[in-house]
Amino acid sequence: MSTTTAPQKIALRDAFGAGLVELGKTNEQLVALDADVSSSCKTAAFGAAYPDRFFNCGVGEANMVDIAAGLALGGQRPVCSTFALFLVLKGAEQIRNTVCYNKLPVIIAGGYGGLSDSYDGASHQSLTDIAVMRSLPNMTVVVPGDANGVQHALEQGLEMDGPLYLRLSRNPTPVYSNTCSEPLTIGKIRRLRSGSDITIAVCGVVTNQTLEAVDILDQQGVSAELLEVHTLKPFDTETLIASVAKTGRILTVEEHNVIGGLAGAVAECTAQHHPVPMKTIGVQDCFTESGDYDELLDKYGLSTQNIVAKAKELLS
Amino acid sequence: MTFTIPTDIRRLDPQAVAAESDQIKKNAHIQYLAQENRVDVLDLLHDKGTGHWGGSSSVSEILTTLYFDGMNIRPDEPEWADRDRVVISKGHAAPMIYTVMAKRGYFPVEELDSLRQINSRLQGHPCMRKLPGVELSTGALGHGISVCTGIALASNLQKRETWTWCIVGEGCLNEGESWEGIMTAAKFKTNRFVVLVDHNKVQLDGPCDDIMPLGSLADKFRAFGFTVADHSYDGHDVNAIQESLAWAKSNDTSGPLCIIYDTHKGHGVDFMSDNYKWHGAPIGVDDYQSARPQLVETLKELEASL
Ligand SMILES: Cc1ncc(C[n+]2csc(CCOP(=O)(O)OP(=O)(O)O)c2C)c(N)n1
Repeated sequence: MSTTTAPQKIALRDAFGAGLVELGKTNEQLVALDADVSSSCKTAAFGAAYPDRFFNCGVGEANMVDIAAGLALGGQRPVCSTFALFLVLKGAEQIRNTVCYNKLPVIIAGGYGGLSDSYDGASHQSLTDIAVMRSLPNMTVVVPGDANGVQHALEQGLEMDGPLYLRLSRNPTPVYSNTCSEPLTIGKIRRLRSGSDITIAVCGVVTNQTLEAVDILDQQGVSAELLEVHTLKPFDTETLIASVAKTGRILTVEEHNVIGGLAGAVAECTAQHHPVPMKTIGVQDCFTESGDYDELLDKYGLSTQNIVAKAKELLS
Repeated sequence: MTFTIPTDIRRLDPQAVAAESDQIKKNAHIQYLAQENRVDVLDLLHDKGTGHWGGSSSVSEILTTLYFDGMNIRPDEPEWADRDRVVISKGHAAPMIYTVMAKRGYFPVEELDSLRQINSRLQGHPCMRKLPGVELSTGALGHGISVCTGIALASNLQKRETWTWCIVGEGCLNEGESWEGIMTAAKFKTNRFVVLVDHNKVQLDGPCDDIMPLGSLADKFRAFGFTVADHSYDGHDVNAIQESLAWAKSNDTSGPLCIIYDTHKGHGVDFMSDNYKWHGAPIGVDDYQSARPQLVETLKELEASL
């Protein structure tokens, strides 16, 4: 980010809440559900604007997912929201057996993804959601990194003929995509920087740290290609393979366990189509802890410096 | 071995049963058809060497009455937006569900032969994406009440007059999710939504009282905010089932409703009835040969009242 003015910061959850209210104006089929955290996950504004189309289901995530499925069967377009950890794990069987098996158009919106519920600690931090959601047939998995991405994913998700897992985040984070020539398009990797020495694949709000790392690498004479892999499934094999065919190596950066998330998706793809040396940055299969969000990201390897260092290791 | 529809019993024309305008006659015909379905399911399960006789037999009259009279449906137009919907949350009753659906005209009766076989639309548990007319894929217990609450909420929101029926057994009511769904339906005062309990008091592993006692279901449903019919109904008596459905339909603005049916798992065969061992066991030759004549005898008795 070579701009002189600091980019605007918007929390993904706020973008999500505002997006729902906006889309609700014209999309009368849109209904929202929450599990007693609507003020946190920001569906409350939708509830205030359209009380008939908002269902606070109390603290029962599995039930909420099935209620959403029923609303979809009845012709509505449900968006089902609560903290990602509880939605994905308490609702897992419902998401699989009702939503995915029947290919129902339900948006599963996981608020507070990754470490973003930072002070609440490990019980609330969602670092397995991408792995679980990615392994379900019929599920599309999208991890936007900024407010624009959330808006675009929501709009496109409401037109889809099946379920979408949309991972959100809690804290205000920079809007990096205002200068992008293309909007987030589900299913298509977005190239944020072109380069020839190394491919870096990233998803989610840590795209910000990665953009900074790419600038530093650039100053140090390393030409990194930055791919925003916001859609973990279906996976854009073509774009990824074209990039690694050019650079010959890849580093993945994600706010998730290094098992089964972006690293998994990338490895599955390159190992079969174009094997290249690879390194992964993410939480190292451990339970995390409470703390300031940025400090936690640093501690678990998601800092600009660590991204620079890992990229250099891969180059040496 | 290929399953063929046996011709040793008198068969009603199911389309004529559905179209019958004389209610007394219609009820007698549904009663007969429900027993005929029992014979067909026994034959089919024996032939395929597979199970789920107990829970299939238990729900025969309830399902046959709903499909042949209780619901406003168009089997030739399964996606019709204003149809009533039934979700059979105890999806293991698939053999009976398929038998009733085939006779009602959703698919050819001959297709029953493909039950549980490779490439069949008749999966071990119903799959809505394979078989049109199935309202929800079930099999994993405990989903029906929540999903039906959602279906009914959508119907209410769209100001449709449709009904949503959800059939559960004790297994579903062991699941905590069911009670979450019940609370939710009560919270939103979901109209024209009815939970039908096939209360046969036996689960997979044994009697409910040994596995997970449910206590007074009527009291529980009431305490959770449902309007419950003031007595239970005989779930094997079509006239009683018709009364219960009429009760529900006269309560179309009372929020969610519950009807409890006294039934017997494996009903119709003395050594199978109320015995958990016939939940999922395949029906071998000896047992089949002892069981079938009992079902046919009852059928002959019912023939007299046609
Ligand atoms: C979630 C889930 N757990 C376990 C099973 C296995 N199972 C199938 S049927 C059944 C018992 C069902 O009892 P009930 O609902 O009373 O059925 P019925 O007696 O009417 O056949 C069990 C445990 C299942 N299908 N789903």
